[in-house]
Amino acid sequence: MPQGEYMELHRKRYGVRMDQHERERKRDARAGRRRSEQARTLTGIKAKIYNKQRFKEKAAMKKAINMHFEKDKTAKVDDKVRDGAVPAYLLDREQQTRSKVLSNTLKQKRKEKAGKWDVPLPKVRAIAEDEMFKVVKTGKRQKKQWKRMVTKVTYVGEGFTRKPPKYERFIRPMGLRFKKAHVTHPELKTTFCLDIIGVKKNPSSQMFTSLGVITRGTVIEVNVSELGLVTNSGKVVWGKYAQVTNNPENDGCINAVLCV
Amino acid sequence: MASTDVAMDKGETTIIQFQSAEGEKAGPSLDIPLSSTPEQLTSLLNELLENDEPLPYAFFLSDSREEVTKSLKLAMKSVSVGKEKILSITFQPQSLFRVRSVTRCTSSLPGHEEAILTSAFSPDSKSLATGSGDTTVRCWNPESQLPDKTLRGHKQWVLAICFSPDALRLATASMDGSVRVWDPTLGEIIGKPLLGHKKWVTSLFWQPYHLSTKCTHLVSASKDNTLRIWNTAASTCYKVLAGHSAAVTCVRWSGENVIYSASQDRTIKVWDPQTGLVVRNISAHGHWINTMTLNTDYVLGCGAFPMLDEATGYIAKKLDAVVASRRYEDVKRKMVGGKERLITGSDDFTLIMWEDLANNLSKHAKPVTRMTGHQQLVNDVRYSPDGVYIASASFDKSVRLWDGASGKFLFTFRGHVGAVYRIVWSADARLLLSASKDSTCKVWEMRTRKLKSDLPGHSDEVYTVDWSIDGKRAVSAGKDKVVKIWHH
Repeated sequence: MPQGEYMELHRKRYGVRMDQHERERKRDARAGRRRSEQARTLTGIKAKIYNKQRFKEKAAMKKAINMHFEKDKTAKVDDKVRDGAVPAYLLDREQQTRSKVLSNTLKQKRKEKAGKWDVPLPKVRAIAEDEMFKVVKTGKRQKKQWKRMVTKVTYVGEGFTRKPPKYERFIRPMGLRFKKAHVTHPELKTTFCLDIIGVKKNPSSQMFTSLGVITRGTVIEVNVSELGLVTNSGKVVWGKYAQVTNNPENDGCINAVLCV
Repeated sequence: MASTDVAMDKGETTIIQFQSAEGEKAGPSLDIPLSSTPEQLTSLLNELLENDEPLPYAFFLSDSREEVTKSLKLAMKSVSVGKEKILSITFQPQSLFRVRSVTRCTSSLPGHEEAILTSAFSPDSKSLATGSGDTTVRCWNPESQLPDKTLRGHKQWVLAICFSPDALRLATASMDGSVRVWDPTLGEIIGKPLLGHKKWVTSLFWQPYHLSTKCTHLVSASKDNTLRIWNTAASTCYKVLAGHSAAVTCVRWSGENVIYSASQDRTIKVWDPQTGLVVRNISAHGHWINTMTLNTDYVLGCGAFPMLDEATGYIAKKLDAVVASRRYEDVKRKMVGGKERLITGSDDFTLIMWEDLANNLSKHAKPVTRMTGHQQLVNDVRYSPDGVYIASASFDKSVRLWDGASGKFLFTFRGHVGAVYRIVWSADARLLLSASKDSTCKVWEMRTRKLKSDLPGHSDEVYTVDWSIDGKRAVSAGKDKVVKIWHH
């Protein structure tokens, strides 16, 4: 590894050859011929590397040329009527509020009444109990096997206190407890980090639901009050359902899609 | 009535002197108990003034502008008055006519295919127009609550509409910068479209009726930093008012024959419509100015038609110029101070009160007061028709009430869960209607300082609201494309 810029230093000290620029010009002029010679004669791995390099250069060149054309183009006036009309007093504020605004379409209303949700993941793999729980051996001789440890991510409510060890059948490890989820709004295509309120349904088993286990496909309730959704009568909506789309136990985070 | 009260709580009395808003004393100074209620003061004052039939009044302590809402004692709590001093009490006559609060939706009118951005009742309350994002303006008949005419012609969203003071013409302005003037009864355009603005038009205002009964001139404010005065009879641009360095957000043609404009460049400019020159340039706000209101807004809005008047009942009969100008002067005189006042609301969360900008041309304009308290930008401000209150709507979800004379903070109306977009007063100044992002409208009562009625029904943000001059109905419309008419 060079420890300094020797070439530059040398050039500063002693200058360049008298014919430097002439030689550079000639080299540039010959560059095309040299490149075509290489393209024709190189074989094997060298040819592969050369072609890949050349492909990239050409793509960049094309991009640059297109950009120059774009500059000269006269843009046609777009006189189409745009969607999403807003009054004059909101026109200059659009950018600031857009990501927070959520539409309350009639379709959504109807769905809410029916109480049915098209969940984003209609079918998920069932999880057996022996995958979900690890047996914990207890007792002086380590021969009792009635204790279970949950191996998946869980949501544990705010005021939860663990039972005394004698009565605690299921252990939910602290390291796998989650309080927040990254929830994507499918219409807005924006993601918010929201508090989890509860686990509504774990499709694998009712017991998992009551334990608050969160796996892929679980429907959780999240706190959407900061999104500013409102009901018809002008009350703030704060709890909304979302379905988990990733495997939280593998990823270390919960990603979910809002059910609207 | 007063004598029995004296007997009940002993000693606690004070000497008061009634005076009118103009400062004229009414009756001798009186020794009355501190527990007197506004009702008792009203009956006392009616006796003193020898009114044939009892009139309603509101009372304020003259020095602190504290309103007497429950009893004199409560109002005096915040001010220390010596025993010997005479406490002067300003009385403000209230409108005889009571507008009944709107409580129910009588019709939801579909028709627009996009969000409705603006709405207005005509000055004679016989027509209602709404402008929408689907480029049409629709007229509705408020009596039968049926669609009337659809005015097609704009190429872009309709952002502003304004009825001429004689209610014969309707001006509309669009996102593409054009202004059109229509005959609302025929549904046809009058003259040619008024082209000239390079960007969208934010606000429209007609020349007040008492300045010219022909109702030909119209001023429009635009995003392209200019204002234009149009001669609608000839379909020409009469003057271009250039001078702002950012979008102009709001315009008012004052009854003093000057034009006020508020802009995002943080200045208020006063223009002379004859010459098209800036009379004065005022900067006091720290951020965009969003909205403006005059204490004579109501009388200007009434245009050629009489104000709400109990004695005759409401008859939409056209006035002539002399009567109109006399009425304007009359209304102005009755306002506190007897001068025109202007309130500006801004993105810097404050409101500023100005007095008599049109006539007092001293070099340095000094605001009467700066009203602080909002925690978010102020989107709308309105003077009550009698000039006693100012209401301001803000994105901090509250509507605040201020004293119309001193600008003192009076009350916060909380209840909306979203930003409040628009407010409108009822003609008798007793009720206030607010429209919000949270899809509801709410009616607030001034006397009790409480929510009078909640008007849910819209399924999305409410962008615009208006209350007719005759007080019979209100309209609201917004993103859910439905016009809703509200009745008592």
